[in-house]
Amino acid sequence: MILLVVLLTITTTHRPADELGFLLHKHPERVQRFEVSAGSAHVFYPESGPDRCTAALLLELDPVALARGGGGDGFALGQYVNDRPYVASSLFSVALARVFGSAMKGRCAARPELAATALPLELRLPVVPSPGGLSVEQLFEPLGWSVRTEPIPLDPVTFPEWGDSHYVAVTLTASMRLADALTQLYVLLPVLDNAKHYWVSAEEIDKLVRAGGTWLANHPEREAITGRYLVRKRRFTEEALERLAEFEDSVETAEAAAEEGEVAEHHDDAEQRDPSLAQQRRAAILAALRETGARTVADLGCGEGSLLRELLGERALRSILGVDVAPRSLRTAARRLRLDELPQWQRDRIELRQGSVVYAEERLGDYDALVLSEVIEHLDPPRLPAFAAAVFGVAHPRTVLVTTPNVEYNVRWDSLPAGTKRHGDHRFEWTRAEFAAWAEQVCAGHGYTVRIRPVGPLDAELGAPTQLAIFERTEVQA
Amino acid sequence: MSSPNIPELSIPELSLVALVGVSGSGKSTFAHRHFRATQILSSDAFRAMVADDEDDQSATPDAFDALYYLANKRLSAGRLTVVDATSVRREDRAKLVALAKQQDVLATAIVFDVPESVCRERNVAHRDLPAHVLRRQHAALRRSIRGLRKEGFRKVYVLSSVEEIERAGIGYEKAYNDLRERTGPFDVIGDVHGCRAELVELLGELGYQVRTDDQGRSVGARHPEGRTAVFVGDLVDRGEDTPGVLRLVMGMAESGDALCVLGNHEDKLVRALTGKKVRIAHGLGDSLDQLANESEEFRAAAKTFMDGLISHYRLDGGALLVAHAGLREQYHGRASGRVRALCMYGETTGETDEYGLPVRHPWANDYRGSATVVYGHTPVPEAEWVNNTICLDTGCVFGGKLTALRWPERELVEVPARREYYAPAKPLGAGTGSRPPDLLRLDDVLGAHIVDSRFLGRITVREENAAAALEVMSRFAIDPHWLLYLPPTMAPCATSTRPGLLEHPAEAFDAYRAEAVPSVLCQEKHMGSRAVLVVVRDAEVGKRRFGALDGAGGALYTRTGRAFFADGHGEAIIDRMRAAITATGLWEELGTDWLVLDTELLPWSAKAGSLVRGHYARIGAAASAAVGESVAVLERAARRLPGELEELLAAQRVRADNVAGFRSAYRRYCWPVDGLDGISVAPFMILAGEGGFFAERDHSWHLALIDRLVEADPELLRGTRRLAVDPGDAESVAEGIRWWSELTEAGGEGMVVKPMRPVSRGKRGMVQPGMKCRGREYLRIIYGPDYTEQLDRLRSRKLGRKRSMALREYALGLESLARLTEGEPLWRVHEAVFAVLALESEPVDPRL
Repeated sequence: MILLVVLLTITTTHRPADELGFLLHKHPERVQRFEVSAGSAHVFYPESGPDRCTAALLLELDPVALARGGGGDGFALGQYVNDRPYVASSLFSVALARVFGSAMKGRCAARPELAATALPLELRLPVVPSPGGLSVEQLFEPLGWSVRTEPIPLDPVTFPEWGDSHYVAVTLTASMRLADALTQLYVLLPVLDNAKHYWVSAEEIDKLVRAGGTWLANHPEREAITGRYLVRKRRFTEEALERLAEFEDSVETAEAAAEEGEVAEHHDDAEQRDPSLAQQRRAAILAALRETGARTVADLGCGEGSLLRELLGERALRSILGVDVAPRSLRTAARRLRLDELPQWQRDRIELRQGSVVYAEERLGDYDALVLSEVIEHLDPPRLPAFAAAVFGVAHPRTVLVTTPNVEYNVRWDSLPAGTKRHGDHRFEWTRAEFAAWAEQVCAGHGYTVRIRPVGPLDAELGAPTQLAIFERTEVQA
Repeated sequence: MSSPNIPELSIPELSLVALVGVSGSGKSTFAHRHFRATQILSSDAFRAMVADDEDDQSATPDAFDALYYLANKRLSAGRLTVVDATSVRREDRAKLVALAKQQDVLATAIVFDVPESVCRERNVAHRDLPAHVLRRQHAALRRSIRGLRKEGFRKVYVLSSVEEIERAGIGYEKAYNDLRERTGPFDVIGDVHGCRAELVELLGELGYQVRTDDQGRSVGARHPEGRTAVFVGDLVDRGEDTPGVLRLVMGMAESGDALCVLGNHEDKLVRALTGKKVRIAHGLGDSLDQLANESEEFRAAAKTFMDGLISHYRLDGGALLVAHAGLREQYHGRASGRVRALCMYGETTGETDEYGLPVRHPWANDYRGSATVVYGHTPVPEAEWVNNTICLDTGCVFGGKLTALRWPERELVEVPARREYYAPAKPLGAGTGSRPPDLLRLDDVLGAHIVDSRFLGRITVREENAAAALEVMSRFAIDPHWLLYLPPTMAPCATSTRPGLLEHPAEAFDAYRAEAVPSVLCQEKHMGSRAVLVVVRDAEVGKRRFGALDGAGGALYTRTGRAFFADGHGEAIIDRMRAAITATGLWEELGTDWLVLDTELLPWSAKAGSLVRGHYARIGAAASAAVGESVAVLERAARRLPGELEELLAAQRVRADNVAGFRSAYRRYCWPVDGLDGISVAPFMILAGEGGFFAERDHSWHLALIDRLVEADPELLRGTRRLAVDPGDAESVAEGIRWWSELTEAGGEGMVVKPMRPVSRGKRGMVQPGMKCRGREYLRIIYGPDYTEQLDRLRSRKLGRKRSMALREYALGLESLARLTEGEPLWRVHEAVFAVLALESEPVDPRL
């Protein structure tokens, strides 16, 4: 059963206006229906006369077919109650090409000169996504369109305080060849849509070049357009989170998963701010490991393996373990480190497995040194005692290296609004005194001594952006 | 031992039995006559397994590798293992002895010493071993026999003729530590250290009648109900009357009223009394001085008594283990020098603390055994449970108290020390810090797991689901000390075929009638967000009962274990609920100082606000705009082209109505909140408290108590309307249906039909704990604005997996609560809680 709807109206005031029918290859006095993927398209003319003619393309979509054919495996609530069907999107482009293919190519045997002529056109799309970044104006104005957008409020009657949605109603007016107008819609509508409904393949590049032609080559947002159009391969929700989003009517969890997705996608903002900081942090860790003479090291919270890669380069290390709580991080790390392609002697030096720093694991004590780089600030404070007990109490290795942000330094980053943490998932960021106090408490409780070093550019007043604690087990007395 | 007349060879139930003899001496035949095939590891069989030929001598090293590996596995699992190899060479036997030691079991040797001629004959019959090999084996055997005990075989039997081999039988002897047949009840008593007065007083408290001799000395005690005292050792040293304590305990032991395990102080005292050179320290001198005043006869008796003490006892069917310094599970029931030492001294890390005392390895923190371990040795200020273990040494001799544990009641009985008899090397409780953090181990949760649940048997957690849950549990869940329960999912009723409806309560009533459930309770469904509320009477309870170190007054968390609110609203709600419970007198009535409640927190938008705005409102806005404009355009076209577009237009108008319905459906569950203003909590079940596991009470009981809570704080708390229905009574069912229609027509989400008893069994085992029957308009949120136009397709939805999941999660939820109320350690509660989260990651249609 076809349920949902996307609408485009094309109006011209060219005289005689009803010649629009020739250009579109659709008779103004008839209602025509076409089968398109995931639904059907209807073309009809709400008005047709010598002065003004409007053609309407109404696309009806089957949401279930959409959900089934859509990307991503498994279910997600979002796929079922889905806005795609109401919104001009890549699906609409597909239909546009199917229904007005000849018009897009500028073919018109009956009125060839008209097809080659710029006509006064008004295109109207009642719902177009405008998610920020590239605006409708930025996309269409450089091409000669005059753009009028009206925001669509989320729920103006009941909840005016919710404000506007990310949708706008769009009216485009210009004097333009119809073929160009349609082609531009074909390319640019999916660019506005955040999620293409199908995966991009190499074929897509050809399609884009074919459709775009010269106007795209000269568009000031050319790179953003091609980028957005083509690079949608990224998975929206990672597998584990996706599966957790599959809860019944618990919409709350879908939301939680969405939040987690955000977090997972987050780059370390601090590193973007200062790309050398991550590098300096790794160098400081390697230096500390060399000083302690560790031969075996476990990187707890190894993430996608940037430290592991450098550890592999340390010939003194006999055995390297990467542990992370997220299975997908471990998969990425394995891919990035090309584990499958390493020669056997190298492969034998490194192991990756899932683990959690808030669950105790005695066998971690077999490693000379445990490294926890930018990990503790991702733990809720009430879970720090369990963390300390697991790492310092149960594993109890000779050396533990811990790095964490020095919050005092945050004011040095202009791009970081005051009071904001460096990363959306940071549960806390400590001052130097706070970190030192925690470290001392750990030492007293578990028999360690600690030295704390600054990492990164040193500010006389605020210290360095990262603090590195080197814990060493108090050796056996008596 | 090697007497030829012993017809029965007695071997320890758990031991490594080495059959020693040359090829053809009859070992294999003997083994198969007396042992199960699976108990026998034969070198011939292993050669055959690794090389397809049992005579292939070149395969011998690999065959033995495999044999030792398997022997290790069997012994580690506590299974008798018989090694059928020649073992005539000393170095071969040394490996077996080492293996037995490594697994802390005794080694037994049975030697087949038959004439070489017999073996030669047999060999000719079965295989062609060269004669010189046999001769060499025989010579090696003859050299070996005398030294076997010295090599480390605890028992050695030599069968010297074919006839003896034929006649010999096997008998089994229990380990000395195996008193599993003794079921008590017991009173386990902590370290006495010569505190005779306190011991007599404690025995009195426990109900024992103490016997005295003509000099007024306590010489025995008996409990009128036949209870048995079990001493954890360290009866002696430091205190003022070591002989008095010994006299009393020896008397009790002799008359069968007491058991006693060996303490390190007894061990050292015995060595001192036997004249061995020991350092006189830690109160040993006091004992020696006091004993010097006793008769020679008493000293001899005391020495014999202490010398005969066993390292540990397994009692009460294996449920209780007593060892002086505690014992890891892997050593329970084992016998070896190592086990004896561990029982006496415990495990130390090899370090010493600031007082010069050895640092103890906190083995109890990750103890996961099923047997309760009761021990002493390390003075603690209070006897506290840690993972099913408890230390009863409360430092009586240091001025603390003498503590006993009643078993199986698990009650502590204490008497204070009359004074400090001996200055402790470090203050009692110093350096132990706060209570150990009830460590959770990765092995407790990761990997494929089976959770034993009392209501649904064994529930399997798949490895990848555990992996997914580990991430959520580690990164997003609240402190596991507060995460006592996770709510289960609930399946909808069977799909209705009534026109225009996907769900209808008649299906739920039918289902429960079919299971012969006598009474169900229909409860209105609150459309908000599930919230579990843990409330403790004061912060001290959280620390004491749950081991939570954060000093919080409770917890409020979501169905995935996250804190419900990031700001202080959670605490405010907990405080209000505490006040309501106090005002209602429920603490006293239920005999508890903590409660866990299952609730729904409203409005939906409070927790799901960004989802409502970013998803539902957005779709509503887009759909309204799109459909509205389509209708307008179609209307204009239809006027121009009559007869062509009516159908399309009509369909679009239906869609416009559906979108309007969709928007009003989600709006109903959204309203603005300001702090706690506007927030409602609707508790619908009182899950657990100290008094017990309330899931065994009727839902009407729960809601009646909850009504009283609501009355105490009507601003925050919201009651749950309900209606009891008899599924077998047509009129009652009709009433239930009527009620549902009223609820849903007034815009309600619908209702949940639950068996009156939360845990109900039907014809095929446990019945669904509830079925949701959602209203037609509400379902637009779930299935989309136009779902009503595609009911035929939606009716093919499959409910089986959802139902199975609901049942398993429900059983796991109850399991965690039952374990909690029975005082089980955190890891056991967490195991079940974690399993719920893991099951939730099984793929299932989220719309169900």
